[in-house]
Amino acid sequence: MYQVGNLVKELSGKYGRARGSLMPILQEIVQKHNYLTDEAMVEVARELDISAADVYGTASFYTFLDTQVKGKYVIRVCKTITCSMKGKSDIIQTLEDMLKIKVGETTANKQFSLIETNCIGWCHKAPAILINEIPYTELTSEKVSEIIKDYMQK
Amino acid sequence: MENTGLNKVDLIFEKIDPKELLNKAFKMSSAEIIQNMLDSGLKGRGGAGFPTGLKWKYAAAEKSSEKYIVCNADEGEPGTFKDREILDRVSNKVHGGMAIAGKAIGAKNGIVYLRGEYRYLLPKLMIELGLFHKMIKEIGYDFNIEYFMGSGAYICGEESALFESIEGKRGEPRNKPPYPTVSGVFNKPTSINNVETLVTAMMIIHHGAKDFIQYGTKDSRGSKVFSVSGDTPTPGIFELELGMTVQQFVNEFGDGDTKAVQVGGASGFCVPRKKFAETIIGFEGVPTGGSMMLFNSSRSMYNVLHNYLDFFTEESCGQCTPCRVGCQQLLKGIEKVKKGEAKSTYLTELMKLADSMRIAAKCGLGQSVGNAFKSIVGNFREEIIY
Repeated sequence: MYQVGNLVKELSGKYGRARGSLMPILQEIVQKHNYLTDEAMVEVARELDISAADVYGTASFYTFLDTQVKGKYVIRVCKTITCSMKGKSDIIQTLEDMLKIKVGETTANKQFSLIETNCIGWCHKAPAILINEIPYTELTSEKVSEIIKDYMQK
Repeated sequence: MENTGLNKVDLIFEKIDPKELLNKAFKMSSAEIIQNMLDSGLKGRGGAGFPTGLKWKYAAAEKSSEKYIVCNADEGEPGTFKDREILDRVSNKVHGGMAIAGKAIGAKNGIVYLRGEYRYLLPKLMIELGLFHKMIKEIGYDFNIEYFMGSGAYICGEESALFESIEGKRGEPRNKPPYPTVSGVFNKPTSINNVETLVTAMMIIHHGAKDFIQYGTKDSRGSKVFSVSGDTPTPGIFELELGMTVQQFVNEFGDGDTKAVQVGGASGFCVPRKKFAETIIGFEGVPTGGSMMLFNSSRSMYNVLHNYLDFFTEESCGQCTPCRVGCQQLLKGIEKVKKGEAKSTYLTELMKLADSMRIAAKCGLGQSVGNAFKSIVGNFREEIIY
């Protein structure tokens, strides 16, 4: 859990308080804190003068606006057809072994979350993953473990 | 290349002087620009293929002090990645195409809806956008573009769902009519065009409609960018003249063992080997937003279909019952048949369900699930059962 503090006020000032500002505000909170807490959503509702249910309704519609605890680095492994054909399972296996978690889980130190996602637009360089917003493509077990080792040192 | 009927074209990524071209475009009247689009026969490059000239004509005819150009960069169709490449390499032409569209319909504001998965491109695009605004100012023209990020929802590629998303709501498609040209984003007249369509439109102004119709066929004018993936030695982005057959495509991109090509992504059609020669890639045959996925004989078409249905089950917005429940039942249905829990004749019932979804679903997502389902089950029935 994080304390949302003045962030929502700052973001409402930056983007404005119209309904159209809801997505950018939620996106920036997720960029900073990786997921949305109930407290953050209630605060956004108050600033924008809409119901908290509307905020939750919007947030829960979008897969990138997580309302469950997520780690600092969210690893999204593409599971759509080409990545699936080109070795997605090996990548998942390597990640699960390295991070000691299963798909859908977050490490105890809240550093990494591992999830599967639908097509991320790198089919010609499959298999591909996103770590937060950075794409990594043409992966092998070796390549992905090097990448994760780097993130573990960060 | 002539003997294969597959011609590579360089239009989208062709080097141009955007300032000179925009100067030329802004001197044209709205009617002239629209006439150019109508003459070119350009159809939308996102997949649905609505004539661009008509869309602009309808939007231009609306009387409103506030109109919008929306660039649909929510490229989410499995197997499509050409819009990312276009934005990465020639975003100045995307911005330029939006300004020309703005001139055509009388809009001063543009919004690019970029899918969340492409957020890594944003810093570069912001620099490009800054240069574009500076250039437009130098020309003495008024057009402002903003970027709006998606957050991981395939359905937001559907135009009215995309508007809802920009307005800060759940990305649930609206009822139509009214169409976007009458009431789009913020309920204002809107022309929403795919990334590639806007660049193509700009290049039609550059070369002239007469040049453009030299390429392609009567129903599918010009060229388009294809995203090639799957079992191919040469995956990637290729700009090709429209009108080739699947056979010609496979001769160029296949691995010698191609058994099927999925044309148009998960929402498109599966073409089996026996129909390669007779099937044209285009609006007279199988249309595509660019997605071309090749499968060789080592692939199980059951796994392919299962993957697509899993995709649709997750990405259905859940608003209308035919799509929400239909996707789930198609997925469960093929699992049951595979496990032997349902007879193979159950597939016939599922085909009927796919037909019902085409009629009853609210938007293009639910309506097109049947394309892949029927073409895969229809052509590879034994692979689904055994």
